[in-house]
Amino acid sequence: MLIFEQSRQGRRAQAQSPGHADEVTDIPENLLRNESPLMPEVSEMQAVRHYTRLSQKNFSIDTQFYPLGSCTMKYNPRACNSLAMLPGFLARHPCAPEGMGQGFLACMYELQEMLREVTGMPAVSLTPAAGAQGEFAGVAMIRAYHDARGDSVRSEILVPDAAHGTNPATATMCGYKVREIPTDRQGDVDLAALREAVGPQTAGIMLTNPSTLGVFERRIEEIAAVIHEAGGLLYYDGANLNAILGKVRPGDMGFDVIHMNLHKTFSTPHGGGGPGAGPVGVSKRLEPFLPVPIVGYDGDEYYWITEDVRPQSIGRLSAFMGNAGVLMRAYIYARMLGREGMHRVADFATLNANYLMVRLARAGFDLAFPERRATHEFIVTLRRQQKELGITAMDFAKRLLDYNMHAPTTYFPLLVPECLLIEPTETESKEDLDAFVEAMVQIQKEAETSPELLKEAPHTQPVRRLDEVRAAKHLDLAWTGTVA
Amino acid sequence: MSNIPVDLKYVKTHEWARLNDDGSVTVGISDNAQEQLGDMVFVELPEIGQEVTAAEASAVVESVKAASDVYAPLSGEVVEVNEALADSPETVNQDAYGEGWLFRIQPAAAAELEELMDAEAYELFLASEAH
Repeated sequence: MLIFEQSRQGRRAQAQSPGHADEVTDIPENLLRNESPLMPEVSEMQAVRHYTRLSQKNFSIDTQFYPLGSCTMKYNPRACNSLAMLPGFLARHPCAPEGMGQGFLACMYELQEMLREVTGMPAVSLTPAAGAQGEFAGVAMIRAYHDARGDSVRSEILVPDAAHGTNPATATMCGYKVREIPTDRQGDVDLAALREAVGPQTAGIMLTNPSTLGVFERRIEEIAAVIHEAGGLLYYDGANLNAILGKVRPGDMGFDVIHMNLHKTFSTPHGGGGPGAGPVGVSKRLEPFLPVPIVGYDGDEYYWITEDVRPQSIGRLSAFMGNAGVLMRAYIYARMLGREGMHRVADFATLNANYLMVRLARAGFDLAFPERRATHEFIVTLRRQQKELGITAMDFAKRLLDYNMHAPTTYFPLLVPECLLIEPTETESKEDLDAFVEAMVQIQKEAETSPELLKEAPHTQPVRRLDEVRAAKHLDLAWTGTVA
Repeated sequence: MSNIPVDLKYVKTHEWARLNDDGSVTVGISDNAQEQLGDMVFVELPEIGQEVTAAEASAVVESVKAASDVYAPLSGEVVEVNEALADSPETVNQDAYGEGWLFRIQPAAAAELEELMDAEAYELFLASEAH
């Protein structure tokens, strides 16, 4: 039931009313409302119950095993939240003079330095406000670089079919033609096809390494050489940075541009589509094109580096410096981990994934790449179950909800039929991983003996199996009723 | 086993092409493709009069799983599109080779059709993709 449907005229919740009515006198008459806005009128108790119930309907990492992993939301340590909300950080005005925000600027400068170090990229800008904006900034810099050299024939961006799904969209947004590069049976980029595809028209390649297939691209140095020889640049999509944090550095692999999803790898909140943070790192030759503002340090004071001293910058992506509060949380996360802890994130993320992968394989599940070691995630394919039992990946996913576990990513990447992309992340205990294996084994038994349990799942959730076609075609997003 | 009519031509990206009496060619996606994609929710078709190039994205089919490009099996000019799919994209699932056709083109070079796979070759291709 919507809170609007509980509304009764005149009902009030004193606790939710403003302490005093603000007197606003400088709004022109023609811009003022003529009638009160339609707001639900409920008691305090009704409001509390309504939102508590809603929160209980939620599946989240705070309550359940959540193998969507860093792709969607890994655990956000509470300390990051509480420290980022210290009044000094929270009350800082973005227009305040630099001298009044030295503490904040110092944190941002140190975050830039830490991201430089952990990615091996010579220069970093924190300003992109999300992964998508980071990708846009990255490819915009590739374009600016070629343009600055008068190299205007480069019209294509190469994208392996195992890349992060947003890459083709980003290249298209930046005015490039996308050319897809196939993957070989081992999950690596098809080098022969890559060699055939590069040429004077190649602006660059967008690569996710580890790829969305959950394997590390082993011939990355050869790929880098092929692209660089053709005069193109290498773009690193940081979506899967969690697997290699502090272990291998994109800068050392030969990448020229990287975007990082701090809301993935650096554990900042990421629910409901934002706010995100997608800093970009670049090689030396791309540094002049970085988006501004960037934080500088002269050994004494921290200051803003803006377009005045960076005339070739691709410009500003938002009014200020992206989502400052999210950047603060990432900074605190990195400081709490330290150099040692940063390694441990990758250690445990990959250990947990490999443990889960081996246990599921021993329990009889088919792996998409059985001969490969997993990175921080791996793919199980349920094609056999679909053929033999008529049970799909979606049926398994829905039944997992009944076992009080969130489903892994389903039907992505598209290269693997009936797939589950499983990413436990570094924070899950062995007991939780074992419980997931047990649930999968139980569901497999059910698939063989009582498949209708899967077909009709979930049984224990607030809503049953949704009609996805109807949900996609007949959107019903706005309440159109009237308040009683 | 998915349905592969013998009177059609196929390409590796899972489109089919049918030569009509008037020399035009009707294009759709194979039964195997619709089965892999799952329930269709939206179909984006080319404009009538649009020139399409063989192996280039010319339409988009969106299912509950994914949005996928549809590649033109051969080059030519679009002369008709299946307007009925706007209201009932599920027709592609129900009748991939019939009412679920996507668009019709006037081929630039009809000989291109001969280079496409026949049903037997497409079946072998599907088997090789399966492992």
